[in-house]
Amino acid sequence: MDLATLLQILDSTVRLGTPLLLACLAGLFSERAGIFDIGLEGKMLMAAFFSGAVAAVTGSVWLGLTAGVLSSLLLSAIHGAASITFRGNQLISGVAINFLASGLTVLIGQKWFQLGGRTPSLTGNGRFGPITLPFAESLREVPVIGPVYYELISGHTILVYVALAAVPLSWWLLYRTRFGLRLRAVGENPAAVDTAGISVLRLRYTAVMICGLLTGLAGAYLATGLSAGFVKEMTAGRGYIALAALIFAKWRPVPALGATMLFGLLEAIANRYQNIDLGGVVLPVQFMQALPYILTVVILAGFIGKATPPRAGGAAYVKER
Amino acid sequence: MTKMPRWADVALIPLLNLVIAFAISGLVILAIGENPWTALKIMVSGALGSSYGWGFTLYYATSFIFTGLAVAVANHAGLFNIGGEGQATLGGLGVAMVCLALPWPHWSLALLAASLGAAAFGAAWAAIPAWLQAKRGSHIVITTIMFNFIAFSLLNYLLVNVLRPVGSMDPASARFPEGAALPTLNDMAAGLGFVWGRNTPANVSLFLALLCCLGVWAIIWKTRLGYQIRAFGKSEPAAVYAGISPVRITMYAMLISGGLAGMMAVNNVMGEAERLVLNAVEGAGFIGIAVALMGRSHPFGVLLASLLFGFLYQGGGELALWTTIPRELITVIQALVILFTGALDNMVRAPVERLFAGRGAR
Repeated sequence: MDLATLLQILDSTVRLGTPLLLACLAGLFSERAGIFDIGLEGKMLMAAFFSGAVAAVTGSVWLGLTAGVLSSLLLSAIHGAASITFRGNQLISGVAINFLASGLTVLIGQKWFQLGGRTPSLTGNGRFGPITLPFAESLREVPVIGPVYYELISGHTILVYVALAAVPLSWWLLYRTRFGLRLRAVGENPAAVDTAGISVLRLRYTAVMICGLLTGLAGAYLATGLSAGFVKEMTAGRGYIALAALIFAKWRPVPALGATMLFGLLEAIANRYQNIDLGGVVLPVQFMQALPYILTVVILAGFIGKATPPRAGGAAYVKER
Repeated sequence: MTKMPRWADVALIPLLNLVIAFAISGLVILAIGENPWTALKIMVSGALGSSYGWGFTLYYATSFIFTGLAVAVANHAGLFNIGGEGQATLGGLGVAMVCLALPWPHWSLALLAASLGAAAFGAAWAAIPAWLQAKRGSHIVITTIMFNFIAFSLLNYLLVNVLRPVGSMDPASARFPEGAALPTLNDMAAGLGFVWGRNTPANVSLFLALLCCLGVWAIIWKTRLGYQIRAFGKSEPAAVYAGISPVRITMYAMLISGGLAGMMAVNNVMGEAERLVLNAVEGAGFIGIAVALMGRSHPFGVLLASLLFGFLYQGGGELALWTTIPRELITVIQALVILFTGALDNMVRAPVERLFAGRGAR
């Protein structure tokens, strides 16, 4: 494989890994605070639709992004109400949110655009354009470093850089601030946090809303960065892959970057090569597509390291009376 | 706290949840510029107004009974089986292998063998997540989701590379032999001398589904295993203290659950398509979640909820045919039903409980 091919694959790895990374960090905040969220898929889909639709109508990608994030925040609020205030089953609430998004996006899309649930193609200011980093053009001719800088590091949309910046930011927020300490504590032992006089409910709502913000960005990136417009069911299981990556990363931000980029790489390879010939053994494309899920099951089973979720995850906090 | 009367818990609360879900669905229809009342009329006449409509409604309901029972049995053991979709997909593989293996002499033999094949494959697909939960502590919800995707990829591979007949471009298996064709309800009605539900896919597996309802009721409430499943679901520590093995109960509950989900394939793969196609399950595995929640995990409740969702499915199809409302309206209604009966149950329950408590005090 030559450098150009390798760079192309790595370039699409970053592109395909970005929505996973944003969604994975979203799940990280929520689950670290003790709220499981299998509704990542739905929130991403909703955000993808509203960002694509509003960007198509107004011609402004920024208005689209805002609309996408708002719609995702709204679904987060529903999830918060169900799982924090009304102490409902978090998993069931997540399932409901996935279906809600899957149905509403087509219903509203059909009503607005009559295109069978898709939005018109976005052009110009309607989508995020590539950003050329400083000196990319002039460095282009330098061997090895030049192409790597020009092809791989430069030339992505702003949301890619936001996603990458979100990794150290999340790490700092979780491990170096008081808020982060409390957030992690509320996912491990909410009663202790409550005893210290800190509101469990408010902390959990905050975490769920951060999750909504990040999934909103992930969805907006899908519709306005990665592609030019919304297509029915365009998240295609990415929310679940992000969950898988979260388990892979054992609920930590920096490994989340590694895990999502690994899954991005698998997707990039599966897209590029149909069947992979490993000297006699042919890996079918379906196997490559299933690989992230298989790896997750293997990790969950504790065959490679142990993945222990936050201890208070999945259970609503009931204050003792 | 004063307890609510049983009828309120079993009937009133689910009914209220349902009314709210439908009211919001009505608002959604209004918001996309259609008349909810007209929509309802089209749905009712399209799904229940003719034997043709009923034929489809019952066909869908049959599938939902199987997947609903599957989710319900797991619920009793405190396990949330979200993998019905994958288990039913594998069930389809089981049915196809049985049907294609022999030139079946009579449908009843084929039905018996195919049911066993479907249940075995579905149960096997549920057994892995069950074992991983019981022995290795992996969360069953996450593993069953992963297994849905793995099942889809596996079937895709098998249909494209293994089961596809030579010369065919379709990712689908060969047609099943004549002898494996199940009689439709239309055939059975004709046998009794009247015309009912012509050109509809409702078939004899409806009766198999009803038998399964009865069987699940008997297992859960009339056997020692059922008692252990319920005890385990109510309180795992208490069950362990009483000498119930968590590994054993998790395995049995998930095997039954996966087997039931797999048996759905008898209806859609054997009864309707008569060959195995990609995505034959069409989301019925997920509808099972709504059905089990609405039916309070009781077989009779599951039966009623399946009929409701069968009506929604067929009515929704008619709606898409005659109005500009897309079929996806059903997905929205399904989401609202799951949301209100499953996750926001306390929102409705708390005020009703207060109401009854107030009455009791007076």
